[in-house]
Amino acid sequence: MTKTTSPLAFVDSFDDERTGLPGIDLPWLKTLRRDGIERFKGLGMPTPKLEAWKYTRLKPLEDTSFQPVTDEDGMAALDHVPSLLPDPGGRPRLVFVNGRMRPNFWIEGDLPDGVHLDCLRDVLLRAPDWAESYIGSLTGEDAAALVQLNTAMMDTGFALRVDPGVIVETPIEVVYIGGLTDRPVAYFPRNLIVLGEGAQATVVKHHVGMGVGAYFANAVTEIDIAQGARLNHYEVQAESRDATHLGAVNVRVAKDATYDSFTLSIGGRLSRNEVSVRLEGQGAHAGVNGAYLMRGSEHCDNTTRIEHLAPNTSCREIFKGVLDDQSRAVFQGRIVVNREAQGTDGHQLCKTLLLSTGAEIDAKPELEIYADDVKCSHGATTGQIDETALFYLRSRGIPEALARNLLVQSFLGEALEEIADENIREAFTNKVLHWLPAACFLSEEWRDA
Amino acid sequence: MAATTETLAQVQEMADDKYKYGFVTDIDSENAPKGLSEDIVRFISAKKNEPEWLLEWRLKAYRHWLTMPEPNWAKVGFPAIDYQDSYYYSAPKAVGDGPQSLDEIDPELLATYEKLGIPLKEQEMLAGVAVDAVFDSVSVATTFKSKLEEVGVIFCPLTEALEKCPDLVKKYLGTVVPYTDNKHATLNSAVFTEGSFVYIPPGVRCPMELSTYFRINAKNTGQFERTLIIADKESYVSYLEGCTAPMRDENQLHAAVVELIALDDAEIKYSTVQNWYPGDENGKGGIYNFVTKRGACRGRNSKISWTQVETGSAITWKYPSCILQGDNSVGEFYSIAITNNRQQADTGTKMIHLGRNTSSKIISKGISAGHADQTYRGLVKMSPKADGARNFTQCDSLLIGDQCGAHTVPYIESKNKSAIVEHEATTSTISEDQLFYLRQRGIPVEAAVALVVNGFCREVLQQLPMEFAVEAQKLVGISLEGSVG
Repeated sequence: MTKTTSPLAFVDSFDDERTGLPGIDLPWLKTLRRDGIERFKGLGMPTPKLEAWKYTRLKPLEDTSFQPVTDEDGMAALDHVPSLLPDPGGRPRLVFVNGRMRPNFWIEGDLPDGVHLDCLRDVLLRAPDWAESYIGSLTGEDAAALVQLNTAMMDTGFALRVDPGVIVETPIEVVYIGGLTDRPVAYFPRNLIVLGEGAQATVVKHHVGMGVGAYFANAVTEIDIAQGARLNHYEVQAESRDATHLGAVNVRVAKDATYDSFTLSIGGRLSRNEVSVRLEGQGAHAGVNGAYLMRGSEHCDNTTRIEHLAPNTSCREIFKGVLDDQSRAVFQGRIVVNREAQGTDGHQLCKTLLLSTGAEIDAKPELEIYADDVKCSHGATTGQIDETALFYLRSRGIPEALARNLLVQSFLGEALEEIADENIREAFTNKVLHWLPAACFLSEEWRDA
Repeated sequence: MAATTETLAQVQEMADDKYKYGFVTDIDSENAPKGLSEDIVRFISAKKNEPEWLLEWRLKAYRHWLTMPEPNWAKVGFPAIDYQDSYYYSAPKAVGDGPQSLDEIDPELLATYEKLGIPLKEQEMLAGVAVDAVFDSVSVATTFKSKLEEVGVIFCPLTEALEKCPDLVKKYLGTVVPYTDNKHATLNSAVFTEGSFVYIPPGVRCPMELSTYFRINAKNTGQFERTLIIADKESYVSYLEGCTAPMRDENQLHAAVVELIALDDAEIKYSTVQNWYPGDENGKGGIYNFVTKRGACRGRNSKISWTQVETGSAITWKYPSCILQGDNSVGEFYSIAITNNRQQADTGTKMIHLGRNTSSKIISKGISAGHADQTYRGLVKMSPKADGARNFTQCDSLLIGDQCGAHTVPYIESKNKSAIVEHEATTSTISEDQLFYLRQRGIPVEAAVALVVNGFCREVLQQLPMEFAVEAQKLVGISLEGSVG
């Protein structure tokens, strides 16, 4: 398969009347899909010639021709759900396998009144007008190629709507399972999260690979947070080692509202998380944080853009990475402060630890500032484990492997601390611990000490 | 933190201050016809009596240039350049006879220098600075040559070096900035007309600061200097470059190339004060300053240090860089950039670490006022072989007024686990550590801020040789206090 045919393969396989596609009867959605594929065709697959893709090449998409998911792929046998949060109990949980919602694993949970959680298909059936007003409203017409592709192909996803003033205490978990099929499949989740005034919710997304097959997940999440509302948005990307995961999150934050996110990337042959936050109202705040742990020849790209569009908005961004073997990570973080956004307070930090010769980090922290009364800073560092600290631990009788693990763990701690919810922080910390080399099991006894 | 009213007042004052050095001297130029073609390249080469290999090199560059797209990645905007609407060669007529002393030089030219304050006639004022003054592409006066010759230093116009030491020129020209490098550098390779050549022999510490003043004078003449400095083993040289240009309405293109080569244990210090005409308040006129400056630390323990104070030009596009090839080599970049009115500056540096234990330091201060836009764009690259390499980068930006912009675009690429890269950038903040340190010693916040800011700016200014520091301080002129706080 040559380079040029691959994006066209998506275009060729585009069929807005394919059976099983959600919202097939909705004319507006059909138009949206057609516009999407046309724009994608015009833009083509991103190449490193584009500044935003300077360090990430979509090689797997060039090499493999991905097929749309069939019912069979979606109904693959599943013996357990790799839930991120222990003991789901009464916790609401949605489970998708290869992009198909699996009702038998769906836990409705005890959600308060005024909370509507559905898969995309049901939302398009039950509240098409509501869906019409939100789908594509945050990505915009001039969205990037892969968002356009998702718009054209969206075949799965969920919608969460929280009415004004409703506070959802329990975290809502959404599990996307990839793999479990021997064909290279592609699925395109489109998620909507809309919080009314003063509402609060926590969403945990778990993209996880089972089995070994190559697959391609291209997800787009649109989030609208109304005045005074707060969304905690946590995500673990643990796709299988041949998977390609490209996710885009577009967020609009209104006056005095908060968007708080954490993305932990620990899998995937190639992954990219693109977060774009617009702070549109006074006093809006965004916390965009994450950690990436890569090994083998994995490649992880975190690209963020936080736009300050109103006065007295603030943002905080902390990304930490650990790279082993021949893995590679990219961090591109941009903070834009518009003229109107006087009194902006922005802070960005990206630190990467290289564990092996051969690992590579490319960081591009950017500040673009047009207002003068601002306090903005960014920092970026790369380096290896501090030999002095390692010596200190070893001199106290801690074996080297464990000492290294402890140092990596404490290094990541600064980022993990940004997760406000204690249970989720613990779940994420456990993910990190299990990523570490085997000696980590020893480290559990040290953890609480 | 908002800028103090005092600072604002001073910036306003500066904005209103008419460009002091804006005047045109009326001397007949011996121009090549307008436009750019292979014939013009041949014309320039013939004028300079150049050897065949150089003409071939120029032509190769010209042909390559035709195929290159205009670089568009920098955050600057300007109308497309009509390369055919410019003169590529002009020389003051006096050069035909070759002035033997100051007396022979066109008095009008000397008057120009006096207005600009180059003390050709009062050399004692400069005490130890040899001036190779460039007036529209051709060197008209060189001083202190004998003293330099005593120790074996070659400091002369590039054209002259082609006669004096063709082997050195041939060996090093284009080895740091190849003719294929970028559109502007390639254009320079094809049509460069003048520039300086410096060779410091092994073990020699150059006895004086070397200095060249560049001027742009004849209307519609782009200047294409090419400077080549070679510091042989265990040598040291400090080179100063400064510019002011007469006021005019049409934009002028200035695409210079500077190549530095430091061999084992050698050190080159290159300082610039750039004050080309920036255009008027509405952005009319002004120089396009598209410069490629690059140094190669080829030898072990070599060092290249760039210091720049950029206050002029309508558009600055400049990234003095260091290629740290030799083990333990050191690269430094100190920069103060000030943009006002409609000026645009996209400047920074590249530190390419190739050798073991190489280290680099980047200190950049940007001050943006009026409607100006300024970008720091830098690259720090650690190659897989750069074991133990180290970089520290600090970029501070200050915005004065709400119509300007300041941007920071650093690229950090590390392929070596033992390499340490630290980058920090702030807009209107002082490091808490510094403040804490001063405050715990009983210094009030206000005074501490002033002290830190002064100290920090001085750190960059101090990198300049004395003769320049005065001029630079004057140019930086606008209040330093509040520039970080």
